[in-house]
Amino acid sequence: MKYLQTLATWVLAILWSLPLLYAFWAAFHLESSATHFSLSAPLTLNNFKIALSQAPFFRYMFNTMIMVTMILGVQLVLCTLAAYAFAKFDFYGKNVAFFLVLLQLMIVPEILIMKNYQTLADLGLTDTILGIGLPYMASAFGIFLLRQTFKTIPKELDDAAKIEGCSQMCILWRIYIPLSKPTYLAYALVSISYHWNNFLWPLVVSNSQTVRPLTVGLAIFAAPESGVEWPILSAATLLSVAPLLLAFLLFQRQFVESFLHTGIK
Amino acid sequence: MKHLYGWLLLLPAFLLLSMFTYYPAIATLIDSFFTNKTVIRPQKFAGLDNFAFMLKDEVFITTLKNTFYFALGTVPVSIALALIMALFINQKIYAKGIVRLAYFTPTILPMVAVANIWLFFYAPQIGLINKVLAFFGYGGVNWLGNSNTVLEALMVMTVWKEAGFFMIFYIAALQSLPKELYEAAKIEGASSWTSFWRITFPLLMPTTFFVMINAVLNAFKLVDHLFILTKGGPDNASNLLLYYIYETAFSFFDYSYAATLTVALLTILILLSLFQFSVIEKRVHYK
Repeated sequence: MKYLQTLATWVLAILWSLPLLYAFWAAFHLESSATHFSLSAPLTLNNFKIALSQAPFFRYMFNTMIMVTMILGVQLVLCTLAAYAFAKFDFYGKNVAFFLVLLQLMIVPEILIMKNYQTLADLGLTDTILGIGLPYMASAFGIFLLRQTFKTIPKELDDAAKIEGCSQMCILWRIYIPLSKPTYLAYALVSISYHWNNFLWPLVVSNSQTVRPLTVGLAIFAAPESGVEWPILSAATLLSVAPLLLAFLLFQRQFVESFLHTGIK
Repeated sequence: MKHLYGWLLLLPAFLLLSMFTYYPAIATLIDSFFTNKTVIRPQKFAGLDNFAFMLKDEVFITTLKNTFYFALGTVPVSIALALIMALFINQKIYAKGIVRLAYFTPTILPMVAVANIWLFFYAPQIGLINKVLAFFGYGGVNWLGNSNTVLEALMVMTVWKEAGFFMIFYIAALQSLPKELYEAAKIEGASSWTSFWRITFPLLMPTTFFVMINAVLNAFKLVDHLFILTKGGPDNASNLLLYYIYETAFSFFDYSYAATLTVALLTILILLSLFQFSVIEKRVHYK
């Protein structure tokens, strides 16, 4: 029974890693040996060269990095301020305001693509990286998460800081933010992986090589009309996921803990 | 003073939320009651005409059915597999880290990349699945080109991608279960099968519900793979509601109908969330 379970564990693990392993195999082999598995088949980097010559993947990668950084940067500022208000101040309409924020957990910007696209067009922000990021910058999820963390910070620390002559902003900066570092890290990793992988909204907004993120660039590259060979497509796919995959392999524990931390209420 | 201070802190976030959540949600609702504006005709009040049209629209009915089928097909299987994976990882095994990595890695890949990889498994001639079938003497199937297999093929891929994500919640929950219960069960002579169904499974219920709600809500928004693999075809057999909204708005430019479809999707999501708050939050709390 015990051996059977160990066997099942490994069979499932092998089955689960097959698709990705196969993509690796195809990316590093010639078209002729992509479907013939032989250890003596010659390795090649040619597929990567061809993929890079046909589409500007490094440019896409750069665009994605700018986009992800911009979104996260603004998210951290806006969510911190809003969460601080919810956690620390009593003001008129606080509960209604909090409910309104939580609504965005259900009504994500992707669902309202049509209207949001029209808004961007009115602002003249279509086909810009800022336009891709704007609807995500006030994140209900981030506000909620930080509020929960801020609420656990003992009031005594606040009072002590006030006696020392620290202003409200100074308390936020000196006490709340430093004490919430793990939450910030967790939120950052979740936000980065979400926006690195996001597709539908960036597809609608972006229209040029200097704006397009990796996911959209890859989808255009992979369109059946372009008739790309399988090993080249594999190489392009690996190029697109490489930075995030590498980061994940290096910081596996932090990633998993972040997803857990932010997933459990 | 503190009232002003609180609202000032909220202001930047609320400005963006109003622009990209509240305004578009309300504007979409209003648009769904009007006709399209054209060069020669202004927008006109249409009452419930758009909704009447929607209920008779066969493509809408098909995408609605597909969306529910997709959600109901992927969610329970993903959750069951996630639980099995977590139980596997919770035992004493060699190279646990590698196994966990194998289970979890698909979840951090973008759906677009996943679809590219699986395209090759499903391809009619060169596809890996058909090659394996041919080896055993079976004829090949055009998995994505056949309306009887396409949605299931997409579901298998989605389960592959999502199960590992739900697994981590089960791993965390399993580690927090009280050890004494299992020792007591062992003394009573209960088999590991019995202690799973009598102890582990019931105690994991809150995790299961939490994962389930998130998985269902997520399933209604998951359409990225359609852009790569099927474009909703053949003959709408794999079309999903959000993809149909995208098509209606950005390929057919039928704004008021896209708004009507969006209202339908929003209604479903809001009902699901209300269900979560009212039923599940009350029933499933052991702590």
